[in-house]
Amino acid sequence: MELGNREYTVGAVEDFLLQIGRVVTAGEVELAIFRTSDGEVYAIRNQSPHPKGGPLAEGIVSGYYLYDPLYDWKIDLRTGEVQAPDRGQAEVYPVTVESGVVKVTLPAAATLN
Amino acid sequence: MTAEKQRLVLIGNGMAGVGTIEQILKLGGAYDITIIGSEPHPNYNRIMLSYVLEGSKTIEDIILNDRQWYEDNQITLHTGTTVVKIDEQTKQVMTDTGLVVPFDKAIIATGSNSFILPIPGSTKEGVVGFRDIADCDAMLAAAKQYRTAAVIGGGLLGLEAAKGLVNLGMDVTVVHLLEDLMERQLDHTASSMLQAELTRQGVKFAMGKQTVELTGDERVSGLRFSDGSELPAEFVVMAVGIKPNVQLATDSGITVNRGIVVDDYLQTSMADVYSVGECTEHRGICYGLVAPLFEQGMVLAKHLSGVQTAGYEGSVVATKLKISGVDVFSAGEFTESAEHTVIAAKDEWKRTYKKILLKDNKIVGAVLFGDVTESASLQKLVKNSTEMTDGIYAEVMGTGCCGGGEAKKGLSVEAMADEEIVCGCNGVTKKAIVDAVTENGFTTVDEIKACTGATRSCGGCKPVVEQILQFVLGDSFQQSAKQGICTCTSLSRDEIVAEITAKGLRTTKEVMHVLDWKQPEGCSKCRPAVNYYLGMIYPDTHEDEKESRFVNERMSANIQKDGTYTVIPRMYGGVTTPEDLKRIADVSLKYDVKVVKVTGGQRLDLIGVKKEDVPKVWEELDMPSGYGYAKSLRTVKTCVGSQFCRFGTQDSMGMGAMLERKYERLDMPAKFKMAVNGCPRNCAESCTKDIGIVGNDGGWEVFIGGNGGIKPRIADAFCKVKTDEELVEVCSAVIQYYRETGNYLERTSEWVERMGLEQIKTVILGSDDNRKELAARIDFALAQVSDPWKRMLNDQGTRTALFEQTQV
Repeated sequence: MELGNREYTVGAVEDFLLQIGRVVTAGEVELAIFRTSDGEVYAIRNQSPHPKGGPLAEGIVSGYYLYDPLYDWKIDLRTGEVQAPDRGQAEVYPVTVESGVVKVTLPAAATLN
Repeated sequence: MTAEKQRLVLIGNGMAGVGTIEQILKLGGAYDITIIGSEPHPNYNRIMLSYVLEGSKTIEDIILNDRQWYEDNQITLHTGTTVVKIDEQTKQVMTDTGLVVPFDKAIIATGSNSFILPIPGSTKEGVVGFRDIADCDAMLAAAKQYRTAAVIGGGLLGLEAAKGLVNLGMDVTVVHLLEDLMERQLDHTASSMLQAELTRQGVKFAMGKQTVELTGDERVSGLRFSDGSELPAEFVVMAVGIKPNVQLATDSGITVNRGIVVDDYLQTSMADVYSVGECTEHRGICYGLVAPLFEQGMVLAKHLSGVQTAGYEGSVVATKLKISGVDVFSAGEFTESAEHTVIAAKDEWKRTYKKILLKDNKIVGAVLFGDVTESASLQKLVKNSTEMTDGIYAEVMGTGCCGGGEAKKGLSVEAMADEEIVCGCNGVTKKAIVDAVTENGFTTVDEIKACTGATRSCGGCKPVVEQILQFVLGDSFQQSAKQGICTCTSLSRDEIVAEITAKGLRTTKEVMHVLDWKQPEGCSKCRPAVNYYLGMIYPDTHEDEKESRFVNERMSANIQKDGTYTVIPRMYGGVTTPEDLKRIADVSLKYDVKVVKVTGGQRLDLIGVKKEDVPKVWEELDMPSGYGYAKSLRTVKTCVGSQFCRFGTQDSMGMGAMLERKYERLDMPAKFKMAVNGCPRNCAESCTKDIGIVGNDGGWEVFIGGNGGIKPRIADAFCKVKTDEELVEVCSAVIQYYRETGNYLERTSEWVERMGLEQIKTVILGSDDNRKELAARIDFALAQVSDPWKRMLNDQGTRTALFEQTQV
């Protein structure tokens, strides 16, 4: 593990409804946590890469993609990459699930928005 | 790579120059590229500044290439830097910041400047052109501080600027030298219609006035005309024309006429130096519109990339005014003379005008006002000087009724050159679209939009894109033209609904699996739609899927751009009580609501509630949800009616409240608004509602399909009834028929036009049995609904998952 990375326990798997995002603030970073229909959990910074910003947690989830709630941008939950024809990058963070507990690792650099 | 790449310097970071570079990159031209621009911004879409001013787009929205794009393509970018000289001998360019950049090839794309009238006072504070972001910012700032404005120039830019300033709340007068607006594009008839329309929209005009002086001290205070009269103005926009920006070329010894003179390969008089865009003069013409710039850029890009190409031969220019709600189009010749044959149709009631000019039976020009659906076809016909035939006549002049909608044939895009720009906003060529179709197997405009960007900005090119699609796909187009509801499926709404019923499908997942969706879990378009169709088909058993709802409906509140929410409680028929008002005030204070606003539908908006407070606000209000967020009945607007009004003949408040109670909460294809009026004075504005009701002495009149929103439409008279019971039955039947046959997100205004008023009348008024069955079906569905705020408050698990935020 790189120096300064920090692991946060963000909740139990069942705290997260399938395909419905939930906001968890880890340290100073506001995260949107998603559980896809196959049970995988993803963490993404709760801030749209759209120039006007806005939250992501309330978007519609389809497969591994998120349609953002304000501008309908399609974002890959695995990589944070915005899908064409829009362009941009959302910040995603590694997630581990061990015995039903969801943990997110934030790099040292991830601080205030 | 061994050989050193050639160095290409682009002078000017605007649409024409960067468009050329984009083409060079696409063609694989191997250059080491440097771009030098005077403006501090990366490349943006200048033609969309009108939308920024109008407020429908922000400056960020019109950025075409952000800084990342330059980086990704290894282009060196210098913004805020002006090139002052090109040295032919040493082959380098010098800038005002002291940069010296050597080149093998250089492109001058310095565009144009606003032409500022050389009259006394034109340098005063508060006088601007309308050309770039800085001008746009100045106009936005002026509107905040000043009231009166004058726009000098009644051409395209002047009118767009004027409308923008009116939208920003200013009192605006357009001053025009001649008696006709846009006289270089429109004939007298179209011009008068345009002036009448803009006057209706709040623009004032001073026609036939020559401005001789701008008055005021430091700052402008008014205009003086040659006839001695004056016009006060605290802000003046000069939009009398543009002037090719040729300073650099002149200073560098390049041949300049009005613009920088080039040959058919955009070569200037200096070796290895080229010029494109508004600064360029080709065969005696300087263009000020976007399509020719892209056409020039395409030729130059090919030439510089070593791709064989025919030279540039000039462009046929077409004009479209970019003002919302004012449709004007013109191409080619527009003033008739003896040698022309004129085909014209003017409709003063619909406020439309169409004129086509023929010379030797060839189509050489066209003007459209009010309805520009034929603009793409006409532009092509003019460009190719197509011979007029009976077939073309029938197509472009139509049958004179609103029937239309049939796919156009005959105006084949076959003749269009591959390089021709189809989408002017994004510089997409016919070939790029054809390739997208053939290489990726696309069959819909949406897919082409996602891949190439065509139709994405102003949407004006959509008809041509459709024609190209049709042309490439040939017979298979008919099949795929039955467009699916989104890119996940090729099935139409009707087919999906039929399959759900026939196969007994129960969940969106099942629907998408069985009907072979391309994206197994659908997208943000089809998921909410399918969820709606399932709820409409199985009102009693369908379990609503929260994960398939748009954010507003999922949260039962309206999200704002900062992530806070708006809460709107119900006020049946627009009526409230002092007790309720007090409670609303108390809750608003306690939860620090930012604004309390009366909505267009007679309710109170509590704007800016923090997400985690939303359920608490509901709880403490203890009122029913007003469904301000929903695709369902929003409000029933009412007038005072017979209870108090001296003119009222019917109890509109009572009827409105009753109807709102009856139909609230039920999902519909789109939001739904009603109004009830006590007398024909129509104070509650029935004519713009999905169902509008007007009371008269002997009963009620019902209107349907009105809309005051995106596409305003006056409601159609539907029927008259004598009793309250009949009224309710008709409303029930109309709403249920709409629920059963409407496309998701289709308002009744579109639905009535698609289905046809007569058809709806036949179904609902033609058969008592039908009407009663529809009414019974909606009553059954209504029996299943409950208040979502109460439901959420009683479901702690969902409440926590949706609204509460945790800190770890």
